[in-house]
Amino acid sequence: MTPEEIAQVVSLCRARAGLKVAPDKTYLIESRLSPVARREGFDSISDLLAALRARREDALVWSVVEGMAAGETAFFRDRTPFQQFRDEMAPQLAKARGGAPIRVWSAACATGQEVYSLAMLVGELAEADPALRIELAASDLSRRALDRAQAGVYTQLEVQRGLPIRLLVRHFEKEGEQWKLAADVRARVRWRRINLIAGLRQIGRFDVVFCRYVLGHMTEEAQRKVLEDLTCVVPTDGFLVLGAKERITGLGDTFQPIVGRPGLFRRNPQHQEAAA
Amino acid sequence: MKTCLVIDDSRVIRKVARRILEDLGYEVAEAADGAEGMAWCGAEMPDAILLDWNMPVMTGIEFLRRLRAEPGGDKPVVVFCTVENDLAHIQEALDAGADEYIMKPFDGDIVMGKLVEAGL
Repeated sequence: MTPEEIAQVVSLCRARAGLKVAPDKTYLIESRLSPVARREGFDSISDLLAALRARREDALVWSVVEGMAAGETAFFRDRTPFQQFRDEMAPQLAKARGGAPIRVWSAACATGQEVYSLAMLVGELAEADPALRIELAASDLSRRALDRAQAGVYTQLEVQRGLPIRLLVRHFEKEGEQWKLAADVRARVRWRRINLIAGLRQIGRFDVVFCRYVLGHMTEEAQRKVLEDLTCVVPTDGFLVLGAKERITGLGDTFQPIVGRPGLFRRNPQHQEAAA
Repeated sequence: MKTCLVIDDSRVIRKVARRILEDLGYEVAEAADGAEGMAWCGAEMPDAILLDWNMPVMTGIEFLRRLRAEPGGDKPVVVFCTVENDLAHIQEALDAGADEYIMKPFDGDIVMGKLVEAGL
């Protein structure tokens, strides 16, 4: 790729999705965009980018941006946040909501493993307490990722990353060499395409927002905007869940880490909402 | 140091597994079939066992049933590691007392994750 082509990709990703693409990681850019070029019927990445310059077709722009945004995910990734959800967040919120549903959002859900891990947990919680109401929503920038997530079909490799074997037996059926998640678990999740930098103030309240390993891929400006918008989404007694080692220091005073709970954040009561 | 016994009739798989387990800090012993595995466990129970299914002399599932009937045989964490990848086999393994189950091919991440899952 030429420096001009790389600059084109970097600026597209920043403008459309707030994504931070490192211009020196040519290999990464090429490995992400080669399949996109092939899928869209171009002989090379250069042809794809030339076509984009010639006609700013929205669908094509998004296939490039979504290709660059593709993230890694796994069932029960890092384990701890799921235990904390089951043992701390859900019970606390259930008490506070007094029968009203607890709303949980998996933001940038990619192929859905995170939200389905929650869905399996929610099933267990509901067995123990039939009165407990937890609603799960998941979103991603990429329609392709959302389609895959909604289908709930995973490879043998994917179902072996983080998923306990008993949960595989309990919730999956084998389909050829793939594994399909049971309809009752899939039905617990509502899906939406959401671009996190396009404004989150209209999406409603979510008591728990899982937004792990997302902010780190964004520009500082985009991170600030997402965090600012999330203050309109997460109530003061709700939780923002980031990756265990993710920090938001230097990104404003919107959320504060909960001491002793790496990755868990609360709204900062002192935060002044910025003028919209 | 935790010990792991690798029971597999393929020398190549044993070697691959040994490298992964040693990287995870395990002391590794090897057996080529269930009977050899039983001999190891008779001398000293390991903390973990990585167990193939199809082997000559004594299969993995036979080994597991005998192990669980032995005094102290409930102690080792047993992770099946086999090409058998249908629900019937997995269920049979769990019923016989397996803690976790790996479908080949596997990599280091999967082995590590499954051992953690099984409580190690």
